[in-house]
Amino acid sequence: MSSHSIVVKELRKTYKVPEREAGLKAAIKSLVARKTKDVHAVDGISFQIEPGEIVGFLGPNGAGKTTTLKMLSGLLYPTAGELSVAGHVPQKRQREFLQQITLVMGQRSQLNWDIPAIDSYDLYRAIYGIPQEQFKQARDEMIEIMQLKELVKKPVRNLSLGERMKAEMVGALLHQPNVLFLDEPTIGLDVTMQRRIRAFIQEYNQRYNATVLLTSHYMADVQALCKRVIVIHHGKLLFDGELTALVERFSAMKTLVLTMSDMNGKTPDMAKYGTVVTQEPNRVVLRVAKSDAPQVTARLLADLPVTDLTVDDPPIEEVIESVFDTPEEKP
Amino acid sequence: MSLSSTSLLRIYTAAGRMAVMEQLQYRAANLMFMVHLVIEPVIYLVVWSAVAEAQGGQVAGYTAAQFAGYYMVWTLVRQFNLSLSPNSFHWRIKEGRLAGELLRPIHPIQTDFGYWLGFKVPQTLYWLPVAALLWLAFRPELSPEPWHVLAFPVALMLAFLLRFLLLWGLGLVCFWTERVDGVFESYFAAELIFSGRLVPLEVMPAWVQNAAAWLPFQWTFYFPIESLLGRMSASQFVSGALTQAAWVAGIFLLLQLLWKQAVQHFTAVGT
Repeated sequence: MSSHSIVVKELRKTYKVPEREAGLKAAIKSLVARKTKDVHAVDGISFQIEPGEIVGFLGPNGAGKTTTLKMLSGLLYPTAGELSVAGHVPQKRQREFLQQITLVMGQRSQLNWDIPAIDSYDLYRAIYGIPQEQFKQARDEMIEIMQLKELVKKPVRNLSLGERMKAEMVGALLHQPNVLFLDEPTIGLDVTMQRRIRAFIQEYNQRYNATVLLTSHYMADVQALCKRVIVIHHGKLLFDGELTALVERFSAMKTLVLTMSDMNGKTPDMAKYGTVVTQEPNRVVLRVAKSDAPQVTARLLADLPVTDLTVDDPPIEEVIESVFDTPEEKP
Repeated sequence: MSLSSTSLLRIYTAAGRMAVMEQLQYRAANLMFMVHLVIEPVIYLVVWSAVAEAQGGQVAGYTAAQFAGYYMVWTLVRQFNLSLSPNSFHWRIKEGRLAGELLRPIHPIQTDFGYWLGFKVPQTLYWLPVAALLWLAFRPELSPEPWHVLAFPVALMLAFLLRFLLLWGLGLVCFWTERVDGVFESYFAAELIFSGRLVPLEVMPAWVQNAAAWLPFQWTFYFPIESLLGRMSASQFVSGALTQAAWVAGIFLLLQLLWKQAVQHFTAVGT
């Protein structure tokens, strides 16, 4: 179809879901006459991803992220639209296509719980027809990077959530796929585990020039890995571009952090400069409209004994929140 | 998704090895399973032996010792035709396991088949002492000729293959509806009556025997059991094994069609 790794054109997925009023009467009525309604989980989204890109796929719960990933991996038939992943139409589920992709869903396990992960990897080797030498090398390298050496010898049921997730990641990448769909790969993990999984994804991406489409509610994942983000809400695409551009576009406010020299016990009225987020004797955090930031900064410097002043964008979580609060926004 | 026979063999071996390792993890569960395996035929055996003795030593041509022989072989056939529970499809869909399996470049039935083949290895080893105990307790009458002993594994494998495909196909119901217990219970009730699992088919009323002739169930229990009892002629065996093979081929084709429909219908809800 093209040299792009992933091409999505006007993709739609509509589910028919049963619907009824609350109560016994409605339950009895629904026995005879079932009502359904159409839910547009994905509603005409389009984007392209180049080989080797890591793209954050963001949206609140129910935005259509997982549905999109499932269509991209061939697990769901689209209602309409065109898809191409690694040159294949995913819903045909051809062997050559499945050999090139992986879908990792956080907290969903594919490893056999009763035996050590290293034994499950042998089954993966057989399924993907990985030559023995290549398999051993890839497996040992990944185990090393993930620091799983002793853990892969324990039955999976005895591993912690984070350990299991790391073992799952290794299993999902043993066949060295070109395209990775990662759905909340760090969900429920502690900060150290999250960091290790992020580093692993980055390492894999660089080593194999793999394309990665990642959903995560942890903005630290997105900031660490993704230069580009795609934001969807109610199944529609809200934004597609660089993370910095997202902040620039959707952040209407700036955060000013002031440090002042001793004011001899006086407390200046900071509210006249903007919204006071926190105020300590010598340190104040203010929130001001982005357009007012230059003038407010100048006034602060003129009026107060400022020893230090920084102008920041608000945390990425807040920016994303403001994106989701803009349902009618078009890209 | 066609694979070379070498690749398939490699997959069956890996999946089978996994089943063996898994079985070796649970010693207590295996012991309980063996107890369960013995209880069912022993109940049937005790009941029918009592009936035979009460009726002057025989029921439908079976003496108490022949019943013992029947149920003794039953335990081995049951080991071999033991297969994936259709309920596990429900679990797989709910837990998202099936979604993961569908992302592999291989039909999920292939790994299941390898797994259940491997499953037989430790289970058969566990069965040996159980069989010895049953033999000592019930003194069964078995009179197979050498060719019966050689033919029996063929009937046994075909019985496994047929029951595996039947249960796998039945599991596909889960793709269309979540409440599947009623369907599965009906299936197992039918199997109990028409397969020879409950009692040799000769003991059943004529209408059951007539209906059983048109159903696949007897080829998973009754036929392989009978093939080792030594009462079957060579031509009866060949005809029976061919019927088993025909059922396997028919169910396999039906499963191919059903699978295509099921995958199309699969919406991965709840995964």
